[in-house]
Amino acid sequence: MNIHEYQAKELLRAEGVPIPPGEIASTPEQAEAIAKKLGGMVVVKAQVHAGGRGKAGGVKLAKSPEEARELASRILGMKIKGLTVHTVLVTAAAEIASEAYVGIILDRATKKPVFMVSAAGGIDIEEVAATTPEKILKLPIDTRYGLLAYQASELGFFLFDDLKKVRAASKIMMALYQAFMKNGASLAEINPLVVTLAGDVIALDAKISIDDNELDRHPELEALRDETAEEPSEVDARNSHLTFIKLDGDVGCIVNGAGLAMATMDLVKYYGGEPANFLDIGGSSNPEKVVNALRIITAEPHVKAILFNIFGGITRTDDVANGIVTATKANPLKIPIVIRLTGTNEEIAMQILTENGFTASSDMDEAVKKAVALAKGGQAA
Amino acid sequence: MSIFIDNSTTVIVQGITGRDGGFHTKQMLEYGTRIVGGVTPGKGGQTFDGTVPVFNSVHAAVKATGANTSVIYVPPMFAADAMMEAADAGIRLIVCITEGVPVLDMTRVYPFVQEKGARLLGPNCPGLITPGQSKVGIIPGRICTPGHVGVVSRSGTLTYEIVYQLTRAGMGQSSCVGIGGDPINGTNFIDCLSAFENDPDTHAVAMMGEIGGTDEQEAAEFVATRMTKPVVGFIAGQTAPAGRRMGHAGAIISGSAGTATEKIEAFEQAGMGVAKRPIDFVTLLKARM
Repeated sequence: MNIHEYQAKELLRAEGVPIPPGEIASTPEQAEAIAKKLGGMVVVKAQVHAGGRGKAGGVKLAKSPEEARELASRILGMKIKGLTVHTVLVTAAAEIASEAYVGIILDRATKKPVFMVSAAGGIDIEEVAATTPEKILKLPIDTRYGLLAYQASELGFFLFDDLKKVRAASKIMMALYQAFMKNGASLAEINPLVVTLAGDVIALDAKISIDDNELDRHPELEALRDETAEEPSEVDARNSHLTFIKLDGDVGCIVNGAGLAMATMDLVKYYGGEPANFLDIGGSSNPEKVVNALRIITAEPHVKAILFNIFGGITRTDDVANGIVTATKANPLKIPIVIRLTGTNEEIAMQILTENGFTASSDMDEAVKKAVALAKGGQAA
Repeated sequence: MSIFIDNSTTVIVQGITGRDGGFHTKQMLEYGTRIVGGVTPGKGGQTFDGTVPVFNSVHAAVKATGANTSVIYVPPMFAADAMMEAADAGIRLIVCITEGVPVLDMTRVYPFVQEKGARLLGPNCPGLITPGQSKVGIIPGRICTPGHVGVVSRSGTLTYEIVYQLTRAGMGQSSCVGIGGDPINGTNFIDCLSAFENDPDTHAVAMMGEIGGTDEQEAAEFVATRMTKPVVGFIAGQTAPAGRRMGHAGAIISGSAGTATEKIEAFEQAGMGVAKRPIDFVTLLKARM
């Protein structure tokens, strides 16, 4: 789960990371009032779950409260990488002497959180890693012991020579690590970490991603979720305990299991079609899930055919068949449906479907070809 | 022969009295797996299904039964503890089926299990099966048949699909291993490929990867430099958009890394067969065996 910059800053502030004061606004008037309260120069920053906000014109410096209002009115409602800006952060501007990068990622290779720090800050760290890897210090952390004082110090010395700044940076490393662990993060970044003209070390921007698997343990973090930043159909699917990702094609896919769901999308493409979505109904065969899946898929006007691909292992195919029958009786389908079922209780499932006027096959390739043809408005092969 | 499990494997089930644990214990017993005990704290002294003794701890279960393998069906928030308990009790192969284990938990579990010298499979995996001998986990037994293709995969139902197509084509399997879809897991592709290379009963390997991470690229390198047996690979997620988690926690393209294209290229460079569709495994493997 991604959270906004202002939310990430709150989590970091709670651990003692120095961050310039700021508040969020959803109207230009609020932005003006916050700027007045803060005094001096402020930065108005779009709060969306996308990188490159600055380049897109979503981050602007204001010299007066009136200018803050004017800028906020331009930024609010703006679209950045397809996402509408509903909120801006109005924060005190800093006088920057130098910028650095500090981040922690959960690294698959070392199977540990890895600190990455670089004096080349404020830019794309992936690019620095690719072109000048010597400018980055990577330090894997054993979470059983945590970030040790000497490690925090080593990170600080990699960035600065001046002892006062090294100590300030080390303290920030410790606080960042605490925030990362406490909130079950998969990524936590301060980019840039700034040295001000006055010589203070502060965080100007922050990004935190939470591991979705942690949300049961941290119900308070669920409150940070911004559903306005997501596709409404994806929110609906999550609330129905389905994994759903909307795409641009016209073949709606309903599959059990993530790997098979991806392979089904790929096969749609292989046979010349375009998948409309990724949808995994999961391992359990609750007919309710099938009903919800059909509701979500058929609500999308660009879907021209529906393809079920169910491999019954744990999932009972007769449960899926019952779900299809129940859902289509309540809401008759306006578009063609192709059903592929095989595995557990296949004979019963086929019987249920036949009795209710559906045809089904047990061959994946045949079913995908048929769905692609139907989506194109043609006849089934 | 086979890899990791055979008919001498003795298994305990952690979470045996739970809904999933109970259901799959019955399935494993039916298949012929030697389930020697179960663990549910507080239910020690009971029996499951009238035959399997239940213990309060893995230590007690191992002491009484001498089990060498454990399979875990406990809820996600308890899975880390269950894996570490199994390793501490001397279990040699720990199979964690549980989906949704926090990744940070795995940063503690992995080194702990390593230091105990145990093998961990998963979490978020379907387990493994040696057809005709033993199954540990949730892979449906009836789709498998004994033979000489080793199967290793990051997925569950996609593996079933491909195993089923192999079986229908008369190509049996030596062992089928699901390594799981999480970003931090125990056993990886290379561990399985290395075991298949050393297993005289395995004549070729079918490998199913997916987007995210670099496990497949490292596996391809291993195939090119260390393996004599033919390997055919498949990558799921060629149509997946970047930056989105495709169901599996580990199935995500980060920035420009972890794409299907780069993995398929790695397979091709390693001289592996590349299945464009699941059904292609049959012809590609036949041509190489």
